[in-house]
Amino acid sequence: MIGASAAPAAAGARLPRDHGLRRVLRAAAGRSYPRIIGQNRERSWLFYDTVLPLLGTIAFVFVYKALGAPDRFIGYVIMGGATTAFWLNVMWNMAAQFYWDKQGGNLELYMVVPCGITPILLGMSLGGFLATLLRAAVIVLLGAWMFDVRFAVSDLGLFLLVFGVAIVALYGLGVTFASLFLLWGREAWHMAELFMEPVFLASGFYFPVRALGFWAAMGTSFIPLTLALDALRQLLFGAAHPALLPVWWEVAALGALAVMFIILARFMLRRMEYLARREGRLSLRF
Amino acid sequence: MSLAPAGPAIEVRDLVRTYRIKGTAQNRHPAPVVALDGVSLDVPPGEFFGLLGPNGAGKTTLIKVLVTLLLPTSGSARVAGLDVVSQAQLVRERIAMVSGGEHSGYGLLTVREQLWMFSQFYGLPTGPALARIDDLLRVVGLYDERHRRVSALSTGMRQKMNLVRGLLPDPDILFLDEPTVGLDVAAARDIRAYIRDWIRARPGRTVLLTTHYMHEAEELCDRVAIIHQGRIIASEAPGELKRRAAGGSYFVLRTEAMNGAGWLADVPGVLRVDATPRDSGTELRLQLTDDGAIAEVVRALAGRSGRILSMQKLEPSLEDVFVQLVGQRLEEADQGGGGS
Repeated sequence: MIGASAAPAAAGARLPRDHGLRRVLRAAAGRSYPRIIGQNRERSWLFYDTVLPLLGTIAFVFVYKALGAPDRFIGYVIMGGATTAFWLNVMWNMAAQFYWDKQGGNLELYMVVPCGITPILLGMSLGGFLATLLRAAVIVLLGAWMFDVRFAVSDLGLFLLVFGVAIVALYGLGVTFASLFLLWGREAWHMAELFMEPVFLASGFYFPVRALGFWAAMGTSFIPLTLALDALRQLLFGAAHPALLPVWWEVAALGALAVMFIILARFMLRRMEYLARREGRLSLRF
Repeated sequence: MSLAPAGPAIEVRDLVRTYRIKGTAQNRHPAPVVALDGVSLDVPPGEFFGLLGPNGAGKTTLIKVLVTLLLPTSGSARVAGLDVVSQAQLVRERIAMVSGGEHSGYGLLTVREQLWMFSQFYGLPTGPALARIDDLLRVVGLYDERHRRVSALSTGMRQKMNLVRGLLPDPDILFLDEPTVGLDVAAARDIRAYIRDWIRARPGRTVLLTTHYMHEAEELCDRVAIIHQGRIIASEAPGELKRRAAGGSYFVLRTEAMNGAGWLADVPGVLRVDATPRDSGTELRLQLTDDGAIAEVVRALAGRSGRILSMQKLEPSLEDVFVQLVGQRLEEADQGGGGS
């Protein structure tokens, strides 16, 4: 029961507020929290996000084994399985997240908080990345243990650089899609579905992408995972891997994609916010 | 940052907001829906201002323009002296919004975590923010539930948590959109009690409340605007509204069950009759020209063998004002309106 006399006491003095970069960091940390803490609270991910992707991966492993393919192909497939976790996260928890947030009523609140929507997306990306990194690591460890695969990184620094730049580009793409999916409304679900299997194929999740042919593979390189997977496989499997481009070229291209997607994401966010305010897209659930 | 703006806390001029709607095969280019049709109002700092109207009247649209969620189609609106279009980001520093029936947040977080997350969006340092959260949770009676997951809260608890979220940044202007909708009587009373005390705790705090509960507007608001079909048709203190708009005398009679009471409108001195079946009888709510007209009503009922079980003279309510201004009861207008 609310006590009438308690209200003034609770009102207290106005709390100080951080502004600028400190508030951006606070807001990002705040929004990443549910994703990180969710690892502990919803442990079903251990099954749905690791065991299920691993089943698909295992199927490919047996195909390669039956065909007598070199052992590195098993490593390809396990890497593809781990990458699947990132793509699933970007599509369902980044691109489609605004749509879910709109349905749940969060998006309206995000639009009226003073930090703006960008730090909230940053937090969403950060939390999603950390949670997914754990899932991907579990898939790699389980897969490597089951099939006795050994990964030997030739240049750890370069490996981490490729991974880092690719993640920035990938989550930039996720943020761009988040605005697009919101504008597409109910089609968001179908769009996320649409970007599953075709991307697995086009980015070479379970095979060297060069097998698509050089120009076809170059055509699918706007998806950051295509170049990232190829570069990481070069660093893991060396000359045995049929490379699409030299690693440093791929790093440069990934860097360009990262910049492009960040700019595009910012533009799309502003556009989405403007359209939302002009047309009432946050208020009307169509 | 000053706590209160020098001018009005809210200033709206000739505000129009329309929505485009999708065409159909029969009507490819339908006319836009007019949600706000030339609304003007001023709310001074420190006022508890109510917007009263049926569903679809434009209450929620007006709030959404004021909290920067919607752009006006034409006209202007200023909040805390800041333009909601060109200074939206600055407006957001000064306001908070709580809507009724809101299911925002993340079910896997606890109440305290959820509120902490929102405090970070305002840049509140964690230590003081958590202390404020605990204080506010104590006040609204949710402290014992602070480690409970949001998904496990009842509707009333969730709404109290949402109210704490709105109060946490200590806004200059608090927008409450139907904050007690769907709540049980006790929870709604608690929330009203706290809001009333909150606005008094610091001079300059302003609340804009939308509601379609007449008694809520009457109980809380310094001033009430009645909004209907996108237009403000009256704006006064509740007492003044009742005095000015609701002329005549009001009586409630309980009679044995009657088959239609429309004929009572022809009795001299009767301005309006509403008949409602109640407890195997009929409740007649009458608006008369003056107290003396009740004698004619009693005589007319006796002439038709309408036995009177009880009779009570009433003070006019906001409901009566609404009926007089709009021509129908709020529930009737609700049934005719859409969402706003």
